[in-house]
Parts: sequence; structure tokens; C-alpha cells
Amino acid sequence: MTTIKVHGSPLSTATMRVTATLYEKQIEFEFVDINLRNGDHKKEPFISLNPFGQVPAFEDGDLKLFESRAITQYIDHEYGDKGTKLTISDSKKKAIMGLWSEVESHHFDQVATKLVWELGFKPLFEIPLDTKIVEENEAKLDSILNVYEKRLSESKYLGGESFTLVDLHHLPCLHYLMKSQIKKLFESRPYVSAWVADITARPAWSKVIAMIPI
Amino acid sequence: MALKIYGLAMSTNTTRAMICLHEKEVDFELVPVNVFASEHKLPPFLNKNPFGLIPVLEDDDLTLFESRAITSYVAEKFKEIGPDLIRHKDIKEASLVKMWTEVESHYYDPAVSPIIYEYFVAPFQGQEPNKTVIETNMEKLKIVLDVYEAKLSTTKYLAGDFYSLADLSHISETHYFMQTPCASMINERIHVKAWWEDISSRPAFQKVVGGMTFGQNDQK
Repeated sequence: MTTIKVHGSPLSTATMRVTATLYEKQIEFEFVDINLRNGDHKKEPFISLNPFGQVPAFEDGDLKLFESRAITQYIDHEYGDKGTKLTISDSKKKAIMGLWSEVESHHFDQVATKLVWELGFKPLFEIPLDTKIVEENEAKLDSILNVYEKRLSESKYLGGESFTLVDLHHLPCLHYLMKSQIKKLFESRPYVSAWVADITARPAWSKVIAMIPI
Repeated sequence: MALKIYGLAMSTNTTRAMICLHEKEVDFELVPVNVFASEHKLPPFLNKNPFGLIPVLEDDDLTLFESRAITSYVAEKFKEIGPDLIRHKDIKEASLVKMWTEVESHYYDPAVSPIIYEYFVAPFQGQEPNKTVIETNMEKLKIVLDVYEAKLSTTKYLAGDFYSLADLSHISETHYFMQTPCASMINERIHVKAWWEDISSRPAFQKVVGGMTFGQNDQK
């Protein structure tokens, strides 16, 4: 019996970050589906798990966590010897990995989540696009990907020479962006394009996608 | 060779890194970057940080940017010196520190920074503070501070009854925020206020606070 519970939505990018990590580490978990349309994430019992009312929330025994990147790091730390190694041991290389983790969190994600909302979710809910937001964020993403192209020409993965949480944290937004007009920004850059193809082909990632209801 | 921090004494992100270095009693040199002359947007600085932002840390052959990556590295490297900012011996405590550091990064900072900008930076550009921006972000901050008030009524600091990187990450931006008319949002919440008075009185912060001025005290 597993001690791990993930409370979230299979469609949510932040939830997918956590399930991807659990699949990579080959750890069993119970998934508690939170109905976002009903607003269940803003009510009890969910609110006691995350007072900010955002999915996912996570339990491992009596440890309760929220914030997807804190959860993924906990999983990788606690279950270090299981499944894929998602971090780097050498202290200086780990610092570089930490740097690119912040880049994803502060630069990439700020822009990508706005584009995912506009181009991935609004059409599902039949809400009209805000073309100004799309244009502004497409331009910002273009600049960020210039930096990524240079980095990936020097390093096989974003965090270093191996696949780590840094790359994994990008996967959920990439899933939506690569189905939209934004994919051209990735496909036009050889190193970025190869990196996207590589990380999205991972078997653990396909298990995360399989959770999304059609 | 001593560590170098490239940045500015009044920058919130630079001081976040410096406070951490002082907590760990690490000698370092602050190398000023002339952002007013756009030095941070040109080589050679751009070779250190391709995003053209301060601070940058140099430790021998290691170059790091992103202030929270810098503080993580420093806290880890010098974990046996000074306060245990990352709770490295206890995975659960360590994960709670990471969680509240993420909260600062994703909730607190995005609400507080635009308010600081409107009161401190906009006047330098000859603009009045934008009331809509301020009000919108005060609404967001209210939600965050209510969560903090509830949490800090159960533990002395954010991650537990121990001072950590999660608390440290808040100091620089809160210092400026407390000089704006919005400071009442912190003062009217007893536990948040007590927490702020505690963390801002730490000697490590006192070593950097003197440099944290935009010259606002010189304005009439």
C-alpha cells in the first residue's frame, strides 16, 4: 500500500510535473481527482492541504506539501535510489542545475503558462483569445529560447549532461505549446527542437499523458 | 579567492544573495554593475548572465545567476557554518523550507514587487504611482498575507519553528514594502508583524540595510 497521495487534475500543468516525477521514479501513488470546474480546489477538504487553493497538493504519510517544484524535489530527495536519477551529485554541477531550475520557474514558466491558458485552455472553454497577450508572450518566449538554444548547444540537457528535474519541469507546458502555433518557435531552433523531441519521448511522460481524459 | 557578487547594494535580488552570504559568514566582494549605463545588458556582463540581470555570483570557476539559485548554493556549500538555513539533516523540514521558498517566489514576490516599483522606481521616471497596479496587487497580497498570518500563528517562522532560507528570501523586498503606504498590511497582522520584526533585526540583514536606498530620503 502506498503512503503517497497526489490531489490534482490530470490536465493541470503543475499536477503533471508531480505525476511525471513519480512515474520517472517508478513510485506507486494514489491519485485524488480534484474537480476544478466545481471549484473543489477552493473548498475543504482541499484547502486544508493547500491554503492557496491551487492544485496539486501532496501527502507522503504525515508530510503535506504544495508547490509542484517543492514536491518534485522532495520526491527525488526522499526516493533518490529509485527509478531515474533526476538530480546531479557534484556540488558545482548541482548549482548549475539549480540555476536553470530557477530560469524555468521565473523566465520560461511566467510566459509559457499565459500562452498555455490562451492557446490550450481558452479554446476548450470557448473563451475568446486575447491576441495582445499572445503576441507579447510569444515575443518574450522567442528571446528566452535564444538563450536556451545557446545553452543546449553546449549541454545535452538544460541542467547538465543528464535528464533532470529541470527538463522535466518544462514538459507540461511543452505538451500544450507544441500543439499550438507556438511550436514554430521550438521547431525552428535545432538544439531546442532536438531537446523537446528527446524529453517528450520519455516513457514516463507518456504515462502522464495517458491520464488526461479525452 | 574570495567570492564575488556582481550587483548593486540597493537591489532586492542582490541583497537577497548578500544576506545569505553574511548569515554563512562568507567573505565576498560586491562588484558594482552600472545598470543605469545598461552595463548588465552588454558583454562582458551578458556572458555571465545571458538574461542580463543582477546579481551574478562567481566562486572560482563557477558562475551563477538567479538570486534564489545563489542562496541555495551558498546555504548548501556552507551548511555547517552559522544557522542551518536548509535543514539539511531532516528531509521533511528541508522540503517545507523549499515549499515556503516557492511560495515567496510565486506568490509573495509577484504581488510585492509591482507595489515597490510604483512607489520607488516610477517617481524616478517622472511618473505618479499607478493606483490600479497598486490596488490589484494589494488584493493579491491580502490573500498571501492571510495565509501567512494563519501559518505564523502556529509556527514562529514560515517552514517551522526555525529560521530558514524561506524567511530570508522575503527580507529585501519587504524592507522596501514597509516604506510604502501599504506597510499597514503587514502591521495590522500581529503574527506577520512579529515575524517581520524578528527577521529584519538579524545582524546579517543589518550589514546590508545601509546600502538599500534609492535616494528616496533625499527627495522632498
